[in-house]
Amino acid sequence: MTPPPDLTISGQASIDGAPLFAPLTLSLKAGQWTCLLGGSGVGKTTVLRLIAGLATGAEFTGEIRASDGLSVADRVAYMAQDDLLLPWATVAQNVALGARLRGERVDQDRRARLIERMGLQDHLTKKPSELSGGQRQRVALARTLMEDKPIILLDEPFSALDARTRADMQDLAAEALQGRTVLLVTHDPAEAARLGQSIMVMTRHGLTPCQPPHAPVPRRVDDLETLETQGALLKLLREEVA
Amino acid sequence: MKTLSALAATLFALAVWQAIVTLTGLPKFILPGPAVVAETWWQNRWLIAEHTWITAIEVLIGLACGTVLGVITALQLANSRAARVLVQPMLVFTQALPVFALAPLLTLWLGYGLWSKVAMAVLIIYFPITSSFFDGLMRTPPGYLDLARTMQASPRSVLWHICIPAALPSLASGMRLAAVYAPIGAVIGEWVGSSQGLGYLMLLANGRAKTDLMFAAMLTLGVFSILLHLAVRRATARMAGEAR
Repeated sequence: MTPPPDLTISGQASIDGAPLFAPLTLSLKAGQWTCLLGGSGVGKTTVLRLIAGLATGAEFTGEIRASDGLSVADRVAYMAQDDLLLPWATVAQNVALGARLRGERVDQDRRARLIERMGLQDHLTKKPSELSGGQRQRVALARTLMEDKPIILLDEPFSALDARTRADMQDLAAEALQGRTVLLVTHDPAEAARLGQSIMVMTRHGLTPCQPPHAPVPRRVDDLETLETQGALLKLLREEVA
Repeated sequence: MKTLSALAATLFALAVWQAIVTLTGLPKFILPGPAVVAETWWQNRWLIAEHTWITAIEVLIGLACGTVLGVITALQLANSRAARVLVQPMLVFTQALPVFALAPLLTLWLGYGLWSKVAMAVLIIYFPITSSFFDGLMRTPPGYLDLARTMQASPRSVLWHICIPAALPSLASGMRLAAVYAPIGAVIGEWVGSSQGLGYLMLLANGRAKTDLMFAAMLTLGVFSILLHLAVRRATARMAGEAR
């Protein structure tokens, strides 16, 4: 794995000539969590998909650059709201999906370590349908870590979980992905306030930076400053709608 | 419970059948009752078994060949845009032709023996297999493809590890349909030209006003088709992702 780079995406996107988002510049600091917060339809997922090199249906003019000058799209690991576990494959096979798809040998030791770290050692041979929502997202997180990429793109990965499981997953992900360049796209101000070392609010007019709380991530759910930030973020989101 | 309800439905059907025969007083050569048919079946059990065997061979070979051909075609179609443009309309056209119209041609080309009937069975199941598997291949959940892309998977590996497994339930439903259709194809082939098989036996019995024997052969074909469908259903349960 190359050391995590800074990432900059600058440009604008349109769908069939209608602007999806105005010209913007988003910078992700190396080895830090950047939270991109916004309502539905502002194009935040498009930003993430552009970085991942995935089809967006939008026309993008601009550039996506890593500070070390190397290519971006082949150094990302991606995690979506849907856990995207293959229903016919076991937990162990799902975790090692990347290696299997590339025809590489699976690093068994590394997989065993990650599975244990995610507390999944008792579920190795189970199929995803036998797991709870939280367990499934832990498998997805293990699969993401197995890729060992410097850039991690998270597209609302915890939004379908119940409040308690979501908080657990946020803690686990913050710890496990430490030191990588992480972009978390979310519509949840509480999530952005807990995890963002840099927080950007995305609206139709562009990006608004927001001062993150001082506590290290993952911040406590009852940390006062975190709660204040959460309120300020929600206010920003609501102003945009009004 | 399932067996019990199936038994009840069978008994009910037999009762209705017998009631119609008794109430209308139709002669045996128009509509024989269930008891007469059962007796005829028992008396001719070896004859019927012999012809069933022939039909079964035709159907099983047809099913196997049709499935292999259908799977290969669907993979080609999924793989290549050119194949879709060139072959897909032809595929639909073959389905639009009545199989009955093709049967004499196939007999002319392939003779009176086994292969013209196998060809009929293949022809009738080729489309459902191809079309269901192809649809499955084209409907891979896009999230899986996104994930595979970020993992730098080659198209070949995506097809093998993701698209094909994701399409297996569709293939399974195609094969289950095929199990019901294949006997129809084989019997049509036998009607048009043959000297053995259940279709042949039915025609022969009909021509000699042995309606009870015709019924016996027909019911045997029905039972065979149901058993085949159940067998294929069970064989494809894993593919369909059903809990065993």
